[in-house]
Order: sequence, then C-alpha cells, then structure tokens
Amino acid sequence: MSVAVRVIPCLDVHGGRVVKGVNFVDLRDAGDPVELGAVYDAEGADELTFLDISASVEGRETTLEVVRRTAETVFIPLTVGGGVGSVSDVDQLLRAGADKVAINTGAIHRPQVIAEITRRFGNQVLVLSVDARRSPDQPSGFEVTTHGGRKSAGVDAIAWARRGVDLGVGEILLNSMDADGTTAGFDLEMIAAVRAVVDVPLIASGGAGRAEDFPPAVAAGADAVLAASVFHFGTLRVADVKRALAAAGHPVRLT
Amino acid sequence: MTLSDPVTPGPDIVVLDYGSGNIRSAERAVARTGARVTVTDDRRAAVAADGLVVPGVGAFAACMEGLRAVDGPAVIAERLAADRPVLAICVGHQVLFANGIEHGVEAAGCGVWPGTVERLHAERLPHMGWNTLTPPPGSRLFAGIENERFYFVHSYGVRALTGTGDRAVTWAEHGGDRFVAAVEEGPLWSTQFHPEKSGAAGALLIANWVLTLGGDTR
Repeated sequence: MSVAVRVIPCLDVHGGRVVKGVNFVDLRDAGDPVELGAVYDAEGADELTFLDISASVEGRETTLEVVRRTAETVFIPLTVGGGVGSVSDVDQLLRAGADKVAINTGAIHRPQVIAEITRRFGNQVLVLSVDARRSPDQPSGFEVTTHGGRKSAGVDAIAWARRGVDLGVGEILLNSMDADGTTAGFDLEMIAAVRAVVDVPLIASGGAGRAEDFPPAVAAGADAVLAASVFHFGTLRVADVKRALAAAGHPVRLT
Repeated sequence: MTLSDPVTPGPDIVVLDYGSGNIRSAERAVARTGARVTVTDDRRAAVAADGLVVPGVGAFAACMEGLRAVDGPAVIAERLAADRPVLAICVGHQVLFANGIEHGVEAAGCGVWPGTVERLHAERLPHMGWNTLTPPPGSRLFAGIENERFYFVHSYGVRALTGTGDRAVTWAEHGGDRFVAAVEEGPLWSTQFHPEKSGAAGALLIANWVLTLGGDTR
C-alpha cells in the first residue's frame, strides 16, 4: 500500500464568503465556507484549500475568522492562500488554524521569503502556488502569470517551481491558467514537466470537467488533484473522483 | 452517544504549549471527546493533568529547544515515572527518541526510546497525505480501528525500533521505506501521523486514548 492520491476541493473566499457560485442542495447557506468545508469533509475530501481573494485588510480579518471557525469543525488538513508575503502572514494563518499556507505572488516579488518562512515553520507548511500558462517566450514553453492569469510575470514556470523547492517549499500547487474553467481536462504536459524537476508532492489544478479527467493527471505525475467548480456545482462529487482514480489503479482513501 | 456529546466529569487534559505550530486542532480534537482541555505551558498543570498531549510541527532541533524552554523533557519524565498518560504527536513523537538529524544538524532528543530520527529514504518527500499502517495485535491505540488511513506530513522518521514485551510498535511505509508510525509503551503513546487531522478515524484513536485516562467518558 502507499499514500493515497488526495482529492482537494478549493473554495475562493472573499470577505468571509465563498464566491464563484456554489450550487449545493441541502445547505442552509451556500456562501458559508465553514459549512461547505464540513460538507466536503463529510463527502470524503482529503484536504481543503481556501484561497482568500479579499483585497482589503477588513477582508483579511474576516478570512482569519473563517479559518478559526473551520478549524473548530473540520478535522482534515486545511491550506489557506491569498496575499501571503511574509513570515508574519504565515504566523497569523497558522495561529488561526491553517495547517499549510500557499504562497504565490508574494514569492515572485521576493523569493527569499520562502526560505524565511520554511526556516521558521518547516518545509511542510509552505505550498508554492504556480499559476502558469503556455508561452513561447520561456525556454520550457510555460510561463508564470499573475492577476488571475491576465499578466505575465516574465518567469519560466518550470524553472520557478524548481527554484521554489530549492528555496524550501514542501509542495507545489500547479494551476493551468489555460485549462482553468475550460472543463477540457488538465494540462498533462505541464504536470509532467514540473514532475520531472521536483521531488516534493505536486497538486494538479485547472481544467477538470469529468471524473475521467483526474486519473491522467496522476499518471502524468500529480500526487493530489484540486478542483473548484465541478464540486461546487455538483457536477462531480468527491466520491466520483475517487472511484475514477481507484478504477485506474491509484490508491485512494475511502470513507 | 456521539463524540461531540459533553461528558461530565471528563478527564482533565493539558495540551502543552511550547510555541510549536498549530495546536488549535489538537485542542479541538481532544475537546470533542468530552474531555476538559487546557492549552498551557504551565509546568505544574502539565504534570497534574489526567492526560498530557505533546504536539509538534517543524524541525526536530527547534522543537527540542522550545520543549526545553518550558521544561518539557522533565515534565514528560516525571509523568512517565508516575505512570501518568502522555500522548505525543508528529515532532512531539520524534523528540521522544535519543536523537535527530535534520539538515546535517544532530540534536539530542528526550531519549525515552532508543533510535535516531533521520530523513526517510523515499523519492517523494515530504511524505504528505493519507497512508495505511500496520498496528500490532492487541494495540489499544488502534482498538476498533481497521483498514483506516491516517494523515501524515513529515520527511523524517525512525527506521529501527525493537518492539519489546511491553512496547507495541506500529509501522507504516512510504516509497519503499518502513518507519515507526506509532508506539505504545506503558503510559506513553505516540504517533508520527496527525490523529487530530485524520477525520473520523483520528477521532476514534484520540477517544481510545482519552478512555484510558480514568475519567468517566462513556
């Protein structure tokens, strides 16, 4: 036996509320991330990811409160990202109850912050979130983007993933901005390209539309799969994804 | 009854606060068994409680340093000498061994058990996620828990430990490397994985420990 492929629902949180519609039946409040987190936990999610897309300080404080409330009720690992740029940001989130913290633009602006955070809290605490798309301008053919995929960071995505690991991140969250929202499947070539240069766990994100989309991402080198809209809209349940993974011969946690 | 039903009087449990990472989830996971939980670095409270939880995340040497700052090794030794239960989690489990080597830095542990905490020989590290394990027959920690996965997140572990008459060792495997996943010996139980993050299976395991504390929990 070996470690199970993790299936991770991702919630975009703004000012303490889930945004990007959620379409679940039997929820009192479909915008409450805590209640949704508990639903996904009960459905067998192996981990939860909250991405805080609040721009304001007030929004951040509300998100910390959401993390606190989630840690009260959900007993699976919780990763929180969005706007993280310093040791103190990470400290606040961990104190609120996050188990792992995802860093993105903050690390592009100042890569050394990765080493500062992981020296203090350990490698396992930090996830490097890489929003990448295909581009002929970079040697690997993939570039890092910012601003939700609208701007190029002028950085080679594969080299950046590798550098993040060298600086200390314990995991990579690779999100394909080309595939994101298309429901046409993961960018398997990009997953394989990152897998070839890093030895830490790799989470694949972006493009999932059907349960059959997930096993190829694992075959390409992902240790975990993350999705948002297919779960929120009820197109797929966590168990559907696990069934597809198990049918393809990948170990999963059954609940 | 369910795990969330309050129980009176539940045992009194201290989660040792020595500046190590996220202890909120450990506190909550123990509290939902009905136990009364206090998070503190107070030495006397830690010695006097019915049960002591020693959590831990981060690096071995840093954890030992934090633990020493609150007199943790002596508190643990005092409790064990008096046959008083201790549950140690993750790096809290690791620091019970003789020593640890991380990033080429060797540090002394509490030395309750022989052995060295060292980097696992797996291709994919950290070992992150839900894994299976093999408890020994008669394990009290895993009583009633079968074929469940638990959540691990670590790169280091103990790769050799003898199970003596009194010592029950649970093993797990990652990337072809076998390591100690849990130990039960007298009043001292420890887990490399995170029961407080292991959903329903973790809740059962924590309840198994709380049941040994003498409080009337069922």
